[in-house]
Amino acid sequence: MSSQPGQVSEQKSAEAMIVARDVHKWFGQFHALKGISMQVKKGEVVVIFGPSGSGKSTFIRTLNRLEEHQRGQIIIDGIELTHDIKKIERIRMETGMVFQSFNLFPHLTVIQNITLAPIWVRKWRKQKAEEVAMELLERVGIPEQAEKFPAELSGGQQQRVAIARALAMQPKIMLFDEPTSALDPEMIKEVLDVMEELAHSGMTMLVVTHEMGFARAVAKRMFFFDEGMIVESGTPQEIFGNPREARTKLFLSQILTH
Amino acid sequence: MTTATSEDIRPPEPPGLIAWLRKNLFSNWYNSILTVIVGVLVVWAVYAGIRWVFFGADWSPVTSRPLLYMVGQYPVGQIWRIGLSLALVSFLFGVSWGVWGGMMRAFSLSLAFILVLLALLPTESAQYTMEIRVFMVSAALLIFLGYSIGKQSWISSRITLLIWLLSLIVILVLLRGFGGVLPVIPTNIWGGLLLTMVLAIGGIVLSFPIGVLLALGRRSKLPVISFFSSAFIEIVRGVPLIGILFMSSIIFPLFLPAEVRIDRLVRALMGITLFSAAYMAENVRGGLQAIPLGQFDAARAIGLNNYYTTVLIVLPQALRKVIPSIVGQFIALFKDTTLAAGVGLLELLSVGQSILQANPNFFSLQMEVYIFIAAVFWVFSYSLSFASRRVEAALGVGKR
Repeated sequence: MSSQPGQVSEQKSAEAMIVARDVHKWFGQFHALKGISMQVKKGEVVVIFGPSGSGKSTFIRTLNRLEEHQRGQIIIDGIELTHDIKKIERIRMETGMVFQSFNLFPHLTVIQNITLAPIWVRKWRKQKAEEVAMELLERVGIPEQAEKFPAELSGGQQQRVAIARALAMQPKIMLFDEPTSALDPEMIKEVLDVMEELAHSGMTMLVVTHEMGFARAVAKRMFFFDEGMIVESGTPQEIFGNPREARTKLFLSQILTH
Repeated sequence: MTTATSEDIRPPEPPGLIAWLRKNLFSNWYNSILTVIVGVLVVWAVYAGIRWVFFGADWSPVTSRPLLYMVGQYPVGQIWRIGLSLALVSFLFGVSWGVWGGMMRAFSLSLAFILVLLALLPTESAQYTMEIRVFMVSAALLIFLGYSIGKQSWISSRITLLIWLLSLIVILVLLRGFGGVLPVIPTNIWGGLLLTMVLAIGGIVLSFPIGVLLALGRRSKLPVISFFSSAFIEIVRGVPLIGILFMSSIIFPLFLPAEVRIDRLVRALMGITLFSAAYMAENVRGGLQAIPLGQFDAARAIGLNNYYTTVLIVLPQALRKVIPSIVGQFIALFKDTTLAAGVGLLELLSVGQSILQANPNFFSLQMEVYIFIAAVFWVFSYSLSFASRRVEAALGVGKR
């Protein structure tokens, strides 16, 4: 009987790709997430922003179980995240993730980075995986780099390979954890262009970023995090035009003034 | 304002020989004096050394019994079995060179060099026949035959690995013999370089996988596995190798039923393997700790389970980082095989000692014997370290 509440909510949120209810997380005594609740529908692009240490990265990492939440409920595409490793692996197959520091595998070439999971996890034939990988490299604009090693690429190129690697598993959801924060200014645009194209293609995206231009252009909703809580949420028009909370106003004025 | 052309600005010319000498050796009066003194000493030492090697030394304890150094008391009539094994190994090194290049090229060329050296061995011993010399040259040629075969595209690295594994088993059977067909040569009359190589290669091949497993075990999240791995590593590392060898050859059999008798060579090999595995584990653990946490995040995020993460992402990077210390460990193991003399195995060093003891005329010739043995060890150790630098270069260690 104990599994019933979970099943009910799975039916209710049939079209919601991500459901988080009252999610809490502690690191030792530190209360990093203090009851985060949000829903993301299929095809929605959601931007999370806020000062460092506000829990936005921690939250996005709980969604594919890179961090374990200790209270509350997370349901990804109808599958509830529990200790069940099979469910965790299914959710990881359906969510792609892009990291601030790229985290490409340095001992593998670009194409090997992209084909690794399709070959070993999805059990595709090598030839099929490589065809898909080349299509993805075309899509992110660097097919000519396929045989190079990550260290031979610029930061922007590495991040685009990381996006292609995540897309190769054909995920339903893409999580971006500050994807442009480690990039030189002239490389930020090439990564944001790829992300915008992805957003327009109908991908469900959850993006932690301070790129307010990107948020304005493609975000459907925005969440402002501070001290482990959602302080304010709304459409970009509401957040930029008429923020309700003083903390949101202060933070926006700090990051938009220069 | 005009921009500078390549005519205007050139990199500075590298200094000439005279300038280099002045800068590095004769920069001031006391450096000049030091240079002259050290120069005289070096020239004198080299001259004295060469004169001793070619005119002063009496190499008869080495040249009179070359086969004893190579194979111990292995019956001369059966020596073709060792030759066949050597030919097989040479051929396989050649094939591996063709398939993998890099490190295997260095190994193959070192082996070819050693074989040619053996073919030209200056000895008057009647045992060391022309056939053996011709055989050594043919084995060297087999390396190059193997290379040209290994270059063919149908030989994959998987096939090569399989052939290596099978060959090692074939060689063991060939050397020891089996019921009826090939007379059994008990391991207690194996000796010399043959025994040293069996201990060293066996130790390396066996201790590497055990060491990797121990390193992974020590970092395991399961407390039982982690505890036993740590305990094993710490206990073995706290005991001298000679103690472990005594334990494995004298104490260990006491716990076995009387009818179970494990070969003395196997017992020594077990001791060497376990000892080396403990050190190997700590080397590998160093590499594991150097893997950034982001690599684990990325591997999990694309759906790899723990096993794939370890095998496909973590180990390839970790092992690459610790190649220099792993090879250092292999070289130490190779030299440590001399301790097997302590449990009655006649490896290279103890063959030398027994030759010295057997003939009173050789009593004053210890230096020659020990220098010869040191040179043999050096040649093999240096080949290993040379090969490791090749493999580091091929894998781009320090770059990727």
